[in-house]
Amino acid sequence: MAPDFFSRMGRVLIEFVEDLGRFFVMQGAVVRWLLATLVDWTRWAACSLLRRPCRSPFEARETVEQMVTIGVNSVPVVLVTALFTGMVLALQTGYTLDSKLQGISQFLGGMVTLSMVRELGPVLTSLIVAGRVGSAMAAELGTMRVTEQIDALETLATNPIKYLVVPRVFACLFMVPLLVLFSDAVGVFGGYVIAQVRYGQSAGMYIENARNMVALGDLFSGLFKTAFFGVIIAMVSCYKGFNTTGGAEGVGRATTSAVVVSSMGILMADYILTATMSAF
Amino acid sequence: MPRRRPRGKGSLIRLEGVTKRFGAQTVLDDVTLHIRSGETLVIIGRSGCGKSVLLKCMIGLIRPDSGRILVGGRDITRLDGEALAPVRAKFGMVFQGAALFDSLTVNENVGFALKRQDVPEARIAKVVEERLKQVGLPGVGDRKPGELSGGMKKRVGLARALAVDPAVVLYDEPTTGLDPVMADAISELIVETGERLGVTQVVVTHDMTSAYKIGSRIAMLYQGKIRVVGTPDVIRKSRDAVVRQFISGSARGPIMAKSLA
Repeated sequence: MAPDFFSRMGRVLIEFVEDLGRFFVMQGAVVRWLLATLVDWTRWAACSLLRRPCRSPFEARETVEQMVTIGVNSVPVVLVTALFTGMVLALQTGYTLDSKLQGISQFLGGMVTLSMVRELGPVLTSLIVAGRVGSAMAAELGTMRVTEQIDALETLATNPIKYLVVPRVFACLFMVPLLVLFSDAVGVFGGYVIAQVRYGQSAGMYIENARNMVALGDLFSGLFKTAFFGVIIAMVSCYKGFNTTGGAEGVGRATTSAVVVSSMGILMADYILTATMSAF
Repeated sequence: MPRRRPRGKGSLIRLEGVTKRFGAQTVLDDVTLHIRSGETLVIIGRSGCGKSVLLKCMIGLIRPDSGRILVGGRDITRLDGEALAPVRAKFGMVFQGAALFDSLTVNENVGFALKRQDVPEARIAKVVEERLKQVGLPGVGDRKPGELSGGMKKRVGLARALAVDPAVVLYDEPTTGLDPVMADAISELIVETGERLGVTQVVVTHDMTSAYKIGSRIAMLYQGKIRVVGTPDVIRKSRDAVVRQFISGSARGPIMAKSLA
């Protein structure tokens, strides 16, 4: 019984470490191509400024397309999430301030805004994007893998990491923080609606308190974390998609695990980044 | 005066002692095979016997565990990533399920490699039109792969492979999953491609009708090894029980007995 248990645990461990190793090997290539693409784009920008003919940047079109699917198309779901988060945050904070700490609900604006921009905006938005976009990425790349489209790219002298992964990483890196900016604003507004309706606060009072308590640095710390979350979503989902095996069932498995792993990655990275930043 | 070697007789691709394992399973076991310039070599064998793996080794999609693969004298098993690109540019590959990019139109699919090489748009359009006509599909350029039948997809896949004027075209099960008439049409297209463009072709299949029709030589892969190589006539007259059973398509014989044991 016991030896069986240990050998099974050992196999699970070996598989895990192997998977992790492959993940980082792939990310090494991703970073290399990311830099190469940046160089390409810079050269192209310089050439067009000087009005010289020059190779068109290959991945620009793909990157813009990904920015639309990841960023623009996520706006509605992100805004609804943020609105309700802000509202429930105001309700719960108001309850704590009003009933538990007795009548200091004038701090509502500051507390809601602070929680929203430092923590809830970045994390909840990233989790929603991981569910919406991470799953779609893993499913799309997974299908391309099992139908040999990724192999086909290679035979057409196109590096699949450069063509498929780099645009997605770029798009997530820029668009997820942008979504968080929207989500912060809407969440703070949702909090104001509750402060007004439930606690009878004026807009002026709510904003004044928020301005007293929240600094620009708080906003930036949230956006800074989000850039990491965006990259985690893209890298994990692309890795899962690229390593899909076993037909339709495999695509399903890759999709699920892309969402699960990137969500866990976001929460773990959130703690590590917050702890690191608060140490300075 | 030394006689010039007739064109098309040298070995373009040489596989020497190629071995590939997946886990505990040895898929290719010390395979040695020479592919001559200008010929159409058909590799036959049972489903899942490693034919496709062999094909993918030739274009560097799969790296063998040991052995050498020489393409025009260069060992591609030692090349990686970027160094493989110029070698791959000599190859075109037609995949089993066509592997067309389904987010792109037929035109964009066929012109994909040219666009990546920054060929001017007008030239791309001309080549794409020409290749589509060549595979018998003029005028489908604006459709998406999802709107095409299986046979049409394979043709588009061939057009895409031919767009860069490859020296070698690899086919992975080109007739599988097609009705007999369409299968024969694809076989004819392969023969025509070989004759008209003078390209070297390697075809993996288990469709014997097609193999006899297109092969200048046929090789049989069995249990990870090349069992026999020869002209279609040699294969047809083979006395090897394994070969006989496979080409006659019988359930009884050494092949079944072995795999049941």
